[in-house]
Amino acid sequence: MSNDPSAHSGRRGAIVATSVVGGFGALCTAIPFVATFAPSEKARAAGAPVEVDIGNLKEGELIIAEWRGKPVWILKRSKEMLDSLAKTESKVADPKSERKPSELTPEYCRNQARSIKPEVLVAVGICTHLGCSPSGPFATGANITLGDDMGFVCPCHGSTFDLAGRVWKDKPAPDNLEIPPHKYLSDTRLLIGEDNKGA
Amino acid sequence: MATGKKEPVLVTGLGALDKPASGLLTWVDQRFPLMENWKAHLSEYYAPKNFNFWYFFGALAMLVLVIQIVTGIFLTMHYKPDAAKAFESVEYIMREVPWGWLVRYMHSTGASMFFVVIYLHMFRGLIYGSYRKPRELIWVFGVMIFLCLMGEAFFGYLLPWGQMSYWGAQVIVNLASAIPLIGPDLAIWVRGDYVVGDATLNRFFAFHVIALPLVLLGLVAAHILALHEVGSNNPDGVEINENKDPKTGIPLDGIPFHPYYTVHDIVGVVVFLMVFSAIVFFAPEMGGYFLEYNNFVPADPLKTPLHIAPVWYFTPYYSILRAMVWNFFWIDAKVWGVVAMGASTLIFFFLPWLDRSPVKSIRYRPRLHTWAYTLFVIAFLILGYLGTLPPSPVGEVVSQVCTLIYFAFFLGMPWWSRWGQFKPVPARVTM
Repeated sequence: MSNDPSAHSGRRGAIVATSVVGGFGALCTAIPFVATFAPSEKARAAGAPVEVDIGNLKEGELIIAEWRGKPVWILKRSKEMLDSLAKTESKVADPKSERKPSELTPEYCRNQARSIKPEVLVAVGICTHLGCSPSGPFATGANITLGDDMGFVCPCHGSTFDLAGRVWKDKPAPDNLEIPPHKYLSDTRLLIGEDNKGA
Repeated sequence: MATGKKEPVLVTGLGALDKPASGLLTWVDQRFPLMENWKAHLSEYYAPKNFNFWYFFGALAMLVLVIQIVTGIFLTMHYKPDAAKAFESVEYIMREVPWGWLVRYMHSTGASMFFVVIYLHMFRGLIYGSYRKPRELIWVFGVMIFLCLMGEAFFGYLLPWGQMSYWGAQVIVNLASAIPLIGPDLAIWVRGDYVVGDATLNRFFAFHVIALPLVLLGLVAAHILALHEVGSNNPDGVEINENKDPKTGIPLDGIPFHPYYTVHDIVGVVVFLMVFSAIVFFAPEMGGYFLEYNNFVPADPLKTPLHIAPVWYFTPYYSILRAMVWNFFWIDAKVWGVVAMGASTLIFFFLPWLDRSPVKSIRYRPRLHTWAYTLFVIAFLILGYLGTLPPSPVGEVVSQVCTLIYFAFFLGMPWWSRWGQFKPVPARVTM
């Protein structure tokens, strides 16, 4: 290399320019590889609403429907179960479903029972902490974590939810269970994944 | 080493050039630094002569790495990374492939034994101060190996597609969703779907069999190169390079790694293989700790098993995750749990700079330090044990106390490591 400073700086400039352009090119090449990780068109398309017949659902019984690969609980609550919601009102973190309402609770379910029909709870059975499916419903005294309350317990990290899917205060899960968009096609036919608003 | 034009040198010292064997070696050596590397890393790598029991585990970790790679290659010949076929193909390996059960049990036992030897290897580093100057980078590479190994274990655990595989992956991938703003989209990007599914299984397979093993091998090479650059520590924490024979330049307390430690390590290898074989043949499930019972049930995305827990080597960190149940500063407990769990593993990186003790080895440290280490190990074991249990109110409080001890050990180290009466360190190693 020449010792002439001006020639030297010219070469340095060329090296910097080449590195910047080359680095930018390498970064751009990474884009398609990063993009391959996103859900495929096939995965995006799978998300159609699911119809469930709840005509045979007994009081206190819970059935699980699959929607978008997730478990959706349909729980028919008895009078005693609905009454338990008043008792848990003070223990839950978000009794009025005010947090992230657009994601978690459709407008028509922002009530104490978090449902269209008071007795029928429709909720995504996935804990808002890290995505396990809570166990339950547990009756009074049936679960050590819940004690005298009725509700669901997540087996992974012990978050507890009442029978409206409302999360207890000071538990790992930050939010209430998600209520999916849903509507009744008739008295006993339920459509999960679609409601009268928008969709 | 060999630069410029030199006369061919007989480097083997075993025979003359006209003998075929040494002639071949010379031929190779003039084209590839074979003997140079053999000498630098084995026959003329001088290790302290006072290595004890704790010094077996580095070599054993290499052995397990080889076992995992070889058994892994044979498993991929029969395994199918497809959500509809994965569980079945593992059962096929176990029941129909001749000796498939042995290869699979060696691999599953190898995974757990890898963590056994790595934890003991790390503990050795901890008590003898092997991470102290000038060995910081050896430790940093080692922690990277440890993290890489955790990734490898996590990705591999999804592959049998059992209930624990599925829900374990679900929980860990959702850790990403705790990150504010980008979290939920990041979790979807990692899974390649809205729930853990076929796309997730397929990419975890790619990570497990090729991406991470390549990184792991590179890191192991860096770990050993860094070690051989500065030389091994020893139970006395004395630098053997400070006392060299003036004539030969060889450390007075050093012995060549080969043949002394290669032969010495064979003893460790034999004992290890006895334990390893006993597990493979008589207790491959290890009472549900090495292979969890729920993983013999095919993955069901609609139902979490009543009791889910990670494999034993992850349980201390899992307990730390579970211990965080408070919302601080308007940030969810969920985020704090993930932060605490991440910090509990990343904090190992900083150990070389947290320790301010004037001596390296526990042998010459005050009694207070022994207690600090004991308390840390007990807290770590309790966290590990609690992580295998279902959540309970008592367990929650105990895990919170142990989490506090865990972090206090590291974060308080700059202070407590200087307290107490230190013993004089000898100039030479003791036997």
